[in-house]
Order: sequence, then structure tokens, then C-alpha cells
Amino acid sequence: MKTDQEKNNPVVLSRRSFVQSTAATVAGLVLGFHLPANPMRRSEAFAAEAEGKVSSEAKEAKLNTWLRIAPDGVITIYVARSEMGQGVFTSMSMIIAEELEADWSKIRVEPAPSGPEFNYTGQPFEITGGSMSIRTTWDILQRIGAIARHMLVAAAAQKWGVTPESCHAEQGFVVHKASGRKAGFGELTAAAAALPVDTIPKEPKLKTRAEYKLIGKPMKRLDTPAKVSGKPLFGIDVVVPDMVYAAVRHSPVFGGECSNFAELAKAMPAGTTLVKTTGAIIAVADSWWTAKTVIGGLEPKWTKGATTGQSSETIEKKLRTAASGKKNPVATKKGEPDKALATAKTKLEAEYSTPFLAHTPMEPLNCTAHVKPDGIEIWVGTQSHTLTKLLVSNATKVPQDKIVVHTTYLGGGFGRRAGSDEVMQAIVASKAVGKPVKLIWSREEDVQHDFYRPATLVKMKAGLGEDGLPVAITASIAGPSIMKRWTVFGGVGKDGIDMTTIEGLADLKYECPNQHIQAAIVDTGVPVGFWRSVGSSHNAFYVESFMDELAHAAKQDPYKFRRALLEKSHPRFVKVLDTVARMSKWETPPAEGRFRGIAIAESFGSIVGEVAEISVTADGRLTVHKVWVAVDCGRYVNPDTIVAQMEGGVVYGLSAALRGQITLRNGRVEQSNFHDASMLAPYEMPEVAVEIVDSGEAPGGVGEPGVPPIAPAVTNAIFAATGKRLRTLPISNHKLTGGKPT
Amino acid sequence: MAQTLKVNGKEVTVDVDPGTPLLWVLREKLGLLGTKFGCGQGLCGACTVHVNGTATRSCLLPVAAVSGEVTTIEGLSSDNSHPAQRAWIEADAPQCGYCQSGQVMACAALLKAKPNPTEADISAAMTNLCRCGTYGKIRKAVQIAVKINAKGEV
Repeated sequence: MKTDQEKNNPVVLSRRSFVQSTAATVAGLVLGFHLPANPMRRSEAFAAEAEGKVSSEAKEAKLNTWLRIAPDGVITIYVARSEMGQGVFTSMSMIIAEELEADWSKIRVEPAPSGPEFNYTGQPFEITGGSMSIRTTWDILQRIGAIARHMLVAAAAQKWGVTPESCHAEQGFVVHKASGRKAGFGELTAAAAALPVDTIPKEPKLKTRAEYKLIGKPMKRLDTPAKVSGKPLFGIDVVVPDMVYAAVRHSPVFGGECSNFAELAKAMPAGTTLVKTTGAIIAVADSWWTAKTVIGGLEPKWTKGATTGQSSETIEKKLRTAASGKKNPVATKKGEPDKALATAKTKLEAEYSTPFLAHTPMEPLNCTAHVKPDGIEIWVGTQSHTLTKLLVSNATKVPQDKIVVHTTYLGGGFGRRAGSDEVMQAIVASKAVGKPVKLIWSREEDVQHDFYRPATLVKMKAGLGEDGLPVAITASIAGPSIMKRWTVFGGVGKDGIDMTTIEGLADLKYECPNQHIQAAIVDTGVPVGFWRSVGSSHNAFYVESFMDELAHAAKQDPYKFRRALLEKSHPRFVKVLDTVARMSKWETPPAEGRFRGIAIAESFGSIVGEVAEISVTADGRLTVHKVWVAVDCGRYVNPDTIVAQMEGGVVYGLSAALRGQITLRNGRVEQSNFHDASMLAPYEMPEVAVEIVDSGEAPGGVGEPGVPPIAPAVTNAIFAATGKRLRTLPISNHKLTGGKPT
Repeated sequence: MAQTLKVNGKEVTVDVDPGTPLLWVLREKLGLLGTKFGCGQGLCGACTVHVNGTATRSCLLPVAAVSGEVTTIEGLSSDNSHPAQRAWIEADAPQCGYCQSGQVMACAALLKAKPNPTEADISAAMTNLCRCGTYGKIRKAVQIAVKINAKGEV
């Protein structure tokens, strides 16, 4: 997803023109920057205070705080990005530690409280999404580390009566080489904090890449020991004194409301309470199991809703009608596509579609909320504590400075935890019973009441010239709009186009002189939202499958066909393609019975190429044996993280490609739990090989870009194996027959 | 109704409905929060504990039906010293980490039952789901755990 933050990238540090340290005899050195003057932000200026996590010095100085060096040398880095498995607590800390010349073993990470002191970008809210964390914070983190290092060096030089230039920082110490003197960071904090502000450099000297000791090296995650110990890290593990538990039951049809609430509420067993909220009822009890059992035994009646009478078939028909429209908003127009198509030597036409998809993070949605007379306290694993605060304030009219959000670790996010439905429900329940409430969704509620990856349908046409190269490509896509619902992220464009619908489709990298890309918004009543890799999750399937069709129509090798169309203008793509071709030995035929498919896609600033090697048995059983991944994500921090995210992206995308679909019957979601909304099982895990193409370019994201190419890589391999072109997903909806040689 | 259990070596009595799944007794009555709720249908394995040393999915098991000693991730070791935990750290297996308690418990039960497991034994024992896709690293972690378990070192 692209938010204002990304549009405004890179972050302009000069807005934070004034660095300030604080006198700190007890707290050590707390380092931060003044915020830009912004009335909107002043209104929440004291939010962090209530959370008791910020030193009083920092509060007084109204800094946005980044790190704290304690007298014992322990360095605490406050990370205002959510850790949901993607490794940001480790990688963001690596950037600060690098410039600081810190001893890595002394680094601790804490999720930043939700105050403005911990905002990186100066936007009204920040979100962990869009594969943006490293991209939007690298520069800031680097400067913070360098400034802290400069201050510690200056403090040591002052103490020793030598020039700062004659000292340097190394592994948690400041060293004066000439005299052999050495002082730990911890013992220098008080002196460093007392340095006059005007001696602190605004633009400190940064390390060159050749000087890096941490960045670019594989580092183990800082959170692994806690995650294998059973420690209560997640939102679902929060315990608050006097807390009660809540289970939720939504209207089975989207947009329905409970019509017999009063009757149900009256008949509740002793010690339990029923609460009504938008589109759902909530049971509160002294244990979650009781709450869930009680609510499961009720017979609620529901009004009609937005999807009443709808099914997957009616929605598909709507999408097809819309995609066939002649006057849909135009995203890209180049040359004269109609004319070029009319005179093309070879013409291709195809309709592709993909279904709604659920996120299903392993940790079911949950939130603990306590509505108190003087404000609201919330504990939640959220992808945006600042947006949560904003939305809660808007909904409850409680000012933001009276709302405290504690961000926990997230048991998976994938876009699902960018919302706040569970937060609002916990607040409603807490208000009703006057106690803190931990509200947990069952897996069934999660599968049936997600905001889904939009189902889309696209009609594509292409013409090839005498030389087999494309002279025209057109695409008309239709789907529900994410941005229409998520107006806080910018809403639908003035041109009537939702950017998320067309990302990865409207900006074709393949050379083609005549193009026409259109997009229509179709309201289906089904809630939609950001799903790992968003629009690219479907558009890479459309584009890369269709390119494969063109390559076969042109009787060319799919790798070389793509390469030829990228060679002139996109050298980074060519390098990625060449790398994945080399890794997979593309030009050497696979073992008998094995077949390969290739795909490449750019998303979130990174280019990923994937080759899948598969087999299909005579009775149609598909096995994905191996996946090769080449990724160019520009400058990178932790190669271990990149490999893990590529592996994870492949698995996430493969789960969707093989079996992922949310279908509707009578306005209701048909799937309900992991048996029919299933993910890849361990026995299905292909071997995944990842290679980083080190371009040294601006950093790109890694959380999402591994996802888009896997579906087309597999379906292109299926075409190579069976001659069957799959134009809809999931693959499980198709009957495959035994592989044949290409 | 009072239910008596032996959990992580200690005898405990809890007052719950006998049909309450063991998972919720562990989490809400005993404060053992390392065992996770994932699906409630025994499909994902996030709730894996040991009952008499055997990997058991606790989300479907009524507390009244538990016969024998229960071990949770908290009871595996107090300092991450169990071979499976050491192996998980060595392999740096987790991403979000939510399923990993269950994964570690599945591995620990395997090590007990089959100290020298074949690849097929590993496949049969390690069936818990992971949405982050850490299966490759989990496989490596199990192989490391087998070695640590045998030699007491990596």
C-alpha cells in the first residue's frame, strides 16, 4: 500500500533541524529530535507521558525519542514499527548500532509507545505496511546512531583533555589510541548528555559502505530466544488485573445487524453479558471458553446486509460486465493500441480472474481494552498504533491524549492488523461491563469476517508483430476498491482509479509501443483490505501468465522473450532474470517429469524473479519441488531477513495459488477454518533457494515482494507440463492431467 | 467443578467446567501463556503440549479427559536449554513466532520418542502449520536438535 509516508519518501531530516540531548544523571543518554511544529501533533504531545515509558527528561524536552544509553552500557532502541515476524526490530536496530559503533550484545529493543516522541515521519499516523520500514527509516536511524557516537566521542575527549579527532568509537567504547585510554559508552552518558546543544552536529559524518561491520552481514534475530521460551509476547497473552473475556459473533451476511438482541440479552446465563455492536454481538464472561460457548449457543436473527442474495457467481458476473465496459477510467495510454491490435500479425485475447483471499494470521485477532472514566487504555498487536489511536478517537470522541495504545508483538500481520475492528469491539465490551475486556475472535470469525484481498477480473489483449514481439497490450481490470474503504490512506484517485487495483499492471516494464490499461471499481458488499503484496498479488499473476502466453505464441523461450523486452530500459530486471535463470539452470532441461515456470515482478521498490520446478502425476497431483528466488532490493541491512522474507513470501503466495479462495453463497463466506481456508502444510514445502542481487540502489521492501511472482511461476510451469493454461486461481479448482513434455 | 492436574511437575486444582479444553485452563486459569490458540479445531498445532510425553493438541482436549502429566513450553526448561530450544535459536527459526511454542513442543516429543529420527519420522512428527512459512528453518532446527540431543552440543 502506498501512504503519504511513502509518497513523501525520502524523509527529510532537515525538518527535524534541531537535535537535543537531555541532562541525564540517572536515565543515561536519551537521544531524540524536536518535532516539526505542527498543530495536529501538538494535540497528542503528551500521550506518551501516560504510558510511563519515557524518561521524565525526554518528556520535558518533548523529544521524539530513538535510543537510550544507560550508565551500565545497555542500549535501548525504541522501534516505532511493529514486529510481526518480518524482522524489523533486529534490522532497524542494526542500522543504529552500526553508526553508533555499539557492542551488539548490549542492544535491547522495545516497541515504542504511541506518543509523538516516537514518530519517524512526522505524519499524523504511521503504519507498518507497504514493506516500508527500512525504506522510510534508514537515513534517520543512521544519523541518530552517528550523532550519539559523535556525542560520546566528544564527551570522552573532553574528559581526557584531548581532541575529539584523536578518539574513535569501537564496539561500545571510545578509544584514544595515542594514550591507550578507553571508556565504555555507559560511563560517558552523563558527560555526553551535558554537552552544549550547539556542539552536536546536525549532519554527522556517516560511515561508507566499506566501513560497515553490521549492515549487510547476516545477523540473528534479537527476538528469537523470547519466541522459543513461551514468554507472553503477543496481544492474546496480555493480562490485566480484573480482566474479563469476550467472544464475538458477526452477522453471517456482511452488513447485517442483530434484530433480536434484546430478547437474547435477557436470556443470558448468570455471570455473562451480551453486548451489541455494529454487525456483531459480543458475549462477556469470566473465561473465553465460557463466552465462546455461550455465544455459540445463541440463536441470533440478522437483518439483510450488503451481500444478501450475492454469491461468487453473481460477483464474477458483475466483475466481467465492468471489465467489459468501454469507458472505464484509463490508467495508462500509449500510442494507438486499437490500431496496432487491428493490424497485428498474431492476436491474443484472454480473461483472467482471482478470488477473494483471507489473511489468517496464526494469532487470531484480539484486543484488550479498558475504558476508564478518564480515558481508554488498549493493548493490541497492531500494524499501526498511531492509526489505532486516531480511529478510536474518531469513533469514541475521546481525545487522542486520553488514549493509550500498548503495542505487543504480532502473531502475523500480512495487512490484517492494519485495521481496528477488534479494537472497537473490545472498547464497546469494556464500556458495557465497566472492566478491562480481552476480546478474542475464533478462527471461524476470522475466516468469515476478514477484510479480504479483492477478487478481480481482467480482460487482456495483445498483438505480436512479424518478429514475434508485442506491438500492443491492453488490459481492463475490475474489482472492489480498497481505497474507497480506507480513505485514511488517500482514498480513490480523482481519476476514479484505485491505485491498489492497478499496481503492477498499469506500469508494464516490458517494451511495447502501444498500451491501454483501464480499471473499474465494482462494489460487492464484501469488505476488502490490504493483503500481503496488495494489487501485485493478482496483477503479477495476470501480467506474467499473459507474457508467458505471448512467449509461447511467439515460439520463444519464456525467459529469453522477457529478457529481450526488458533489455533496453530495465537492466536491474535483466540482472534478476539472468540470476534466477542461472540459479535454476533454466537453459538445461530439468529431470524427466519435472517442468519449470518463470516469472518476475517489481513491487514495493524491489524486483523479484522466481522459477518454480514442478511435477504433475498421471492422475493430476501437483507437486512444487523447488523454487529459486533472485531478489534485488537495493541496499540491504540483514541478508538473513531477506532470505526469510522471500521464503515466507513464496509460502504465502503458494498457499493462495494452490488452494486459497474465499467464496460466497447466499451472501455468506463458505470457508470457516484451516480445513477449507488452508495454508501450505509442512509436507508441501518446496526447497527454496534465495540469492540477493546486490545492486546497491535505494533500499526496497522485502516483506511483500516475494509473494507476487510465485503464482505465475507455478502456473507457467503447469502449462509447460500439461499444455493447460490456468487463467483462474486457485489451482485446486482445475483438474490437471498427467504431465507431458514441452 | 474442581479438576486436579499435574502440570510442569506441580499438582494444581482448578475450578472449571469439565468440558473446558485444556488449552484454556492452561492459559486463563494457570497463566501458562506460551501455549497458543490458533484454530480451536486441532488443525494447526499452535496449542501443542505434552501429555505423558506425547505431543497433544490441547484445544480440543477436555480438561476432565486429561490423564497423566502435562508439560507446556514453560516446563520444557526455564532457560531455553532444552535441545529443541537451543536448536531453534541456532537455526533462528521463528518469524512472528506465534506457532513456534507448538513447533518446539512437537520436536521435543519427537526427540523423546525417536532420538534418531529418519527424515520420514520428522515429516510425520512435524505437522504443525506456520503462516509465516518457516518450514525450511524448522526442518533445519529439528536436525540440529537431534544432534544436540545426541551429543549434548551442536
